[in-house]
Amino acid sequence: MSTIPGLERPAPVSNELTKPFWDACNERRLVLQNCTACERLFYPPAQRCNQCGSAENFEWKEVQGRGHIEVYMVIRDSRIRGFRSAQPINFAVITLDEDPGINFLSNLPGTPPGEVPVGAPVELIFEETTTGQLVHEWQVVA
Amino acid sequence: MVSDNNWMRNREGLGVWEHRGKVAVVGWGQSYMDRRWDGVALDRSCGGLTKEACLKAIADAGLSLDDIDGLITSPETRAEQTWAPRPYFDPPYDTEDGLTFASADWIQRELGLKNVKYLKSDAPYIGPMMGLAAQAVGDGLCETALVWYPMVNLAGRYGHNNPQNTNQEAPGNSAFTLPWGYQSGAMFNNLTVFLQYCQKYGKSHDGLADLCLNLRRNGLMTPWGYYAMHEPYQLTREDYLTGRVVEEPLVIYDCDRPVNTCAAFIFTTAERARDMRQQPVYVLNHNQINRRGRSSMATLDEHQESVASMARMMWEGSGLGPNDVDVFNPYDGYLTFTQQFLEGFQWHGVKWGEAHDFYAEDIRVEGPHPFLSSGGNNGTGRNRAVLFADSIQQLRGTAGPRQVTVKAETALAGCNTPDSNGFIMFSKYPS
Ligand SMILES: [Zn+2]
Repeated sequence: MSTIPGLERPAPVSNELTKPFWDACNERRLVLQNCTACERLFYPPAQRCNQCGSAENFEWKEVQGRGHIEVYMVIRDSRIRGFRSAQPINFAVITLDEDPGINFLSNLPGTPPGEVPVGAPVELIFEETTTGQLVHEWQVVA
Repeated sequence: MVSDNNWMRNREGLGVWEHRGKVAVVGWGQSYMDRRWDGVALDRSCGGLTKEACLKAIADAGLSLDDIDGLITSPETRAEQTWAPRPYFDPPYDTEDGLTFASADWIQRELGLKNVKYLKSDAPYIGPMMGLAAQAVGDGLCETALVWYPMVNLAGRYGHNNPQNTNQEAPGNSAFTLPWGYQSGAMFNNLTVFLQYCQKYGKSHDGLADLCLNLRRNGLMTPWGYYAMHEPYQLTREDYLTGRVVEEPLVIYDCDRPVNTCAAFIFTTAERARDMRQQPVYVLNHNQINRRGRSSMATLDEHQESVASMARMMWEGSGLGPNDVDVFNPYDGYLTFTQQFLEGFQWHGVKWGEAHDFYAEDIRVEGPHPFLSSGGNNGTGRNRAVLFADSIQQLRGTAGPRQVTVKAETALAGCNTPDSNGFIMFSKYPS
């Protein structure tokens, strides 16, 4: 389960488009679609590149698990059942160092709610969801 | 033509709107407004309130039922709420149609409209829908359109019954959001964009207090609004600053309160409008925009560019510029995104990062900068139609205690969010 007490993350259900992504997560790897024609990363997965309009040049590319905290808030009154017993809980936006136009959501395991160092570097970890499917998470670099 | 999305004016370079000044709003009707429908009083059901609003709009225009030849409405009236099954009633309240929405067919039947040649029940929410109505009349699909927008609110805690929020699994796109607690709807992303705004310009949440208080003040001068009718007291700065936190730093007073109501408008040709009961309010242009951010969360840059693009489209299509807009009613459903509109349209010269300072100046309706003279949705409840109704009233000169003291010859109104909205430009004169 999550290392955040009380948290039961809803489990991602993969589909044809997203299966390679979630399978890689279960191998503790973060892979993003890369359009080799445009040299452009996509996250969340897209049906086609919005620059060249094609899906033919997509490949799954493993990215380095390095990012920074762009901004955060604190969830205090979630509507999502699996989060209600984990409140208050951080909710942060993480930019990817390799391409800061790509961003991820994070609850910042290990960082007390509300004590988030905005701008600080973070590194990739993985956490379990209700079905055991792993999801990518981020923690502040010690 | 109004089919699919082809009617939309959603890109730059389209030039002046081909029907500029040739379409007018000539009627407006507002139903009773309450917090929720009790599930019992049928005249307060969605259908009941819709009939009330439509009949008021037709009467306001001085028209008869036979004059209406177009019916336009939106099914997007229930936000993200779902409800338990309910008992049905005798006809015409024996289906969801009539109880929790009111389709064009339902209204045609219930009002006994005999001359309708254009029906559209699947228009988008009110921002784009007002543009659609103007385009339909301009294109000649109908001459006189009755347009209504209900907002429905039943019992139950907001969003908590949504299956997405109780499911242990996250299918489809939600797989990339739900596992981290992201809720669907406009709140989360607009809040993170707001926090980016505060970081970039050195602002804080407290900077919204003046806007919040003034919206309630204006709302208390809107006699049919929720607060004027049911909770007629002014908020204090202390109330705002100590408001219940929803998601830090967003407080309950940043969020427009769901209500149960309906508003209706009559659009017709400028030619037809000339000899009607009301002074016509002409349409100079309409535009729509719907942009997704590049990645998980849209950014401040992306929201600012979206509004800036909307502004460029509006100036291009209307032939007006930032200095020509007298009355300005953009959406305030979350107070955290309203500054994007104010700054993106540069109303009263406000530039990026300056909105909170502007709020602290004199934004009262009596003053020089009567921003959101409607009271918005924080001042009247989440009906959204108030943005358009107030704009029309200001140009007619019938806004009563809310009537602005500055010139009121043009008005710009729109909703919903900075990255997805529709705006319409009204004018007292056709050109
Ligand atoms: Zn490409």
